[in-house]
Amino acid sequence: MSASAGEPPDPSSSEKDTGAAPVSERIWMLRGARAAVSIPALILTAAFVGYAGLARETGLSLAETLVMTGFVWALPSIVVLTGGMATGMGLVPAAIAVALASVRLMPMTMALMPLVKVPGKTPTWKLLLASHFVAVTAWVYAMKNLPDMPRDGRLPFFIGFGGSVIIFVFTMTGISYMLVDHMPPIVAGALFLLTPIYFLCSLWGAARMNADKAAMIAGLALGPVFFVYVPGLDLLWTGLAGGTLAYLVTRIMRRGLS
Amino acid sequence: MDGTHITSLPDTWWWPFVMILVAGWLATDVWRWLGVLAGGRLREDSEVFVWVRCVATALVAGVISKLILFPQGALAETPLALRLLAAACGFAAFLTFKQRVIVGVLTGEVVLLAGWLALG
Repeated sequence: MSASAGEPPDPSSSEKDTGAAPVSERIWMLRGARAAVSIPALILTAAFVGYAGLARETGLSLAETLVMTGFVWALPSIVVLTGGMATGMGLVPAAIAVALASVRLMPMTMALMPLVKVPGKTPTWKLLLASHFVAVTAWVYAMKNLPDMPRDGRLPFFIGFGGSVIIFVFTMTGISYMLVDHMPPIVAGALFLLTPIYFLCSLWGAARMNADKAAMIAGLALGPVFFVYVPGLDLLWTGLAGGTLAYLVTRIMRRGLS
Repeated sequence: MDGTHITSLPDTWWWPFVMILVAGWLATDVWRWLGVLAGGRLREDSEVFVWVRCVATALVAGVISKLILFPQGALAETPLALRLLAAACGFAAFLTFKQRVIVGVLTGEVVLLAGWLALG
């Protein structure tokens, strides 16, 4: 990264964004942690409770389940890897399957960067660490709410938010793994449906412009088509084709054919 | 044959952890790290940024329709029409009631459970 390093951190950096007295990073982190006590975090937790049931039935140990939850931290990838381990998939095929299932994290993280980065000030290692919290829940919340916050507070807020969600979900996943011996199919099924409906609503809620909504509709429609015709690479194609299509159409609507 | 146990090739206690860290953690976080490196130069007000958001949004939407159309585990036992109905009702309720996520999620769940019990 060479983008805009080199400039010494400006002590009076709270220029245009911050209105009142500057608030310390620690306070912003605590605000993020407080904001994490939320309905979306509870819904995500419930989805992970459902996952704990799946993991236990699959034969994963408690330690394996928790390491998977904390280190991977993206539910669709976790489900893919659990399925792969259950069928004795090799390391390389499993890694490819998981990598293809988590491609979405790259454009998601890219889209988050301009919001949380203070040009010339934020060190890249901090962004790399914070990027681990990028998953639908924290991302949707960040894309929706960070633009209204002063720039200096956004990254610590995001870290506080993401860190709290991951710690809470981690703990609850462990507890439910130990408590729930066998989950009735109807309960497990209901918990599995939480994720898509929750993603559906929150993604729409996070859309800040028509392009986002168009992209969502295109992705919903194209996802199954590509899944049938290019299984494995389907999500990649869905994102590139659906996203580009939505971008072009709404761009022409916004500013004509220029 | 013990079907309930993981049958990874090397049958040692540490192998599953290697699987999780390499095939899980690395294979997932590498995208996040690439996103940080590639997104560092993006500007919030640029057209490229709008396009990247579109790609990310379409990808997540693709995950959504896959989870509904081709689910894993117990949900795979339910009829497709019921899952679609539950998702559609949930989304409609979400839009109707001031875009409250909790309303959408609960409505979808109620429709799923009612249909599941009705179908036996």
